[in-house]
Amino acid sequence: MQHRSQAVVVRDLRKEFSRPRGLHGRRPPRAALKGISFEIARGECVAVLGQNGSGKSTLVRVLSTLLLADGGDAHVFGHDVFAEARAVQHLVNRVSVEASFFKKLSAAENLAYAARFYGLMPAQTRAEIPRILERVGFPAERRGEAMEHLSRGMQQKVALARALLTSPVLLLLDEPTTGLDPRSKQEVQAFIRELRLRHDSTILLCTHDMQEAEALADRIGLLDRGELLFLEPVAEVKARYGVDTLEEAFFVATGRAYDDEKTDDDRDRAVFA
Amino acid sequence: MAAVDSGLTKRGLLRHEAVGLFGVVERNLYLVKRYFLWDLAFLLWTVANTLTIVFIARGVGLEGAARNELETRLLVGGVIWAFLGIIFEIVTETVAWERWEGTIEYTFMAPVSRPVHLIGMGVFAVIYGFVRAALVFLAVVAFIGIHVPHANYGAAIALLAISSVSFIGVGMMTAVLPLISPEKGMQLGFVAQGLMLVVSGVYYPVSVLPGWMQWVAKISPATYALRGNRAQILTGAGLAWADVWPLLVIGTLSIPAGLVVFRAGERYAKRHGKLKRSG
Repeated sequence: MQHRSQAVVVRDLRKEFSRPRGLHGRRPPRAALKGISFEIARGECVAVLGQNGSGKSTLVRVLSTLLLADGGDAHVFGHDVFAEARAVQHLVNRVSVEASFFKKLSAAENLAYAARFYGLMPAQTRAEIPRILERVGFPAERRGEAMEHLSRGMQQKVALARALLTSPVLLLLDEPTTGLDPRSKQEVQAFIRELRLRHDSTILLCTHDMQEAEALADRIGLLDRGELLFLEPVAEVKARYGVDTLEEAFFVATGRAYDDEKTDDDRDRAVFA
Repeated sequence: MAAVDSGLTKRGLLRHEAVGLFGVVERNLYLVKRYFLWDLAFLLWTVANTLTIVFIARGVGLEGAARNELETRLLVGGVIWAFLGIIFEIVTETVAWERWEGTIEYTFMAPVSRPVHLIGMGVFAVIYGFVRAALVFLAVVAFIGIHVPHANYGAAIALLAISSVSFIGVGMMTAVLPLISPEKGMQLGFVAQGLMLVVSGVYYPVSVLPGWMQWVAKISPATYALRGNRAQILTGAGLAWADVWPLLVIGTLSIPAGLVVFRAGERYAKRHGKLKRSG
């Protein structure tokens, strides 16, 4: 049972991946999520911080119905992510670190393809695509250009437009500004703020950028090697660890610096995350 | 439970799926438009390949009507190979192409049913494959000067349409291969296509095959498509029930079987984290 005000409820979620055989034979599976539990209220923006391979993308892919968990459960607006995938798919969309488009197709053609799967007819998308592109700061007159001719920042704006076009009530943002130049990054962040103000959207932002998380989210969680160490407002995180910054909180919580060199295990995690 | 739902009625759901199917066909038309020169080059390659087969009839010492008949038999084999090849390739690319472009996660998390997605790919494959097959047929007939005065094109098209259902069903089964094995899946699809044509008498009568292959030929839809199309082009025969009923049976079984196999493959991919882009 879950309350209407809860957009996401995750309980004891576990996922592990088998690893390729190493030089010394079979290796044990790698745990990407080790029984994490949390809730996100409707309309809330929650950021989950973590290094590469911490399990952030695995979490997003589970909530996107792209992965089956090994244990635990996850609900989106009351729907079981595994048993009621179709219902969840109607409510969720995402923006990931890779823009992910048919490179030879134009922005308009890619958006039309995505929109059809959400039931939008050509008559609707003809009017809606230029409007949404304009809203995300993409010059509408360039919507006929092939994606491969657009800059990384422009492609990411089209990715935001794709997510917005389907009016998701839960938006999953997986490193949406990674690799963007500072200006494009600011534009994307401004758009996320605007989205929260104007729409009834709940946002789960997975990022390794602590400043971005602090600037955008109501609560911040730290996912480290598949474990959720905390999920609370940033002021409470700092008070709990008696520190001034999230980097320091990470150090106190894990005993490692946020930018520490990765171990071999972490490199494996990055492959499977 | 106070769940937020999609708000779709049964009728709305049907409309939603129809729009999704249209979207798959529309996207493939966009891709054909954008890759037009590549498609043209591929068409020319197919014509050249078919010519190399049909010219065999001129190298075996036949003359007149006998040579014309052998040329036509080989041509029908080449055209069916091209038609089937396109259907297999496009349906198999349901996964492979999306993985390569990086769109696979967005497509597989979208609220459209897998049957609609796969059938959309199949519908486009049949339309596109038919246009290409017709162009290959006309180009080779014109180039070599084959005479097909009695050809019953209407019956030939109808039989191809009926056999397409089976081809799509088998294609769905091979489409799962890139889902399970991103590296080798596509090639295994080509192997399946080749095996089907080898046992179906693509350039020779099924009767020349070893006994066990002749038995396998009975469950291959290509056997009936080849046999029927040859009779229709050579002698003007109509739709023969002996060709139609096996195709109807195989089609009726292969589509649900293809969907079951694909669904099982998708579940495996979701369990093992293979439903993601390459690189």
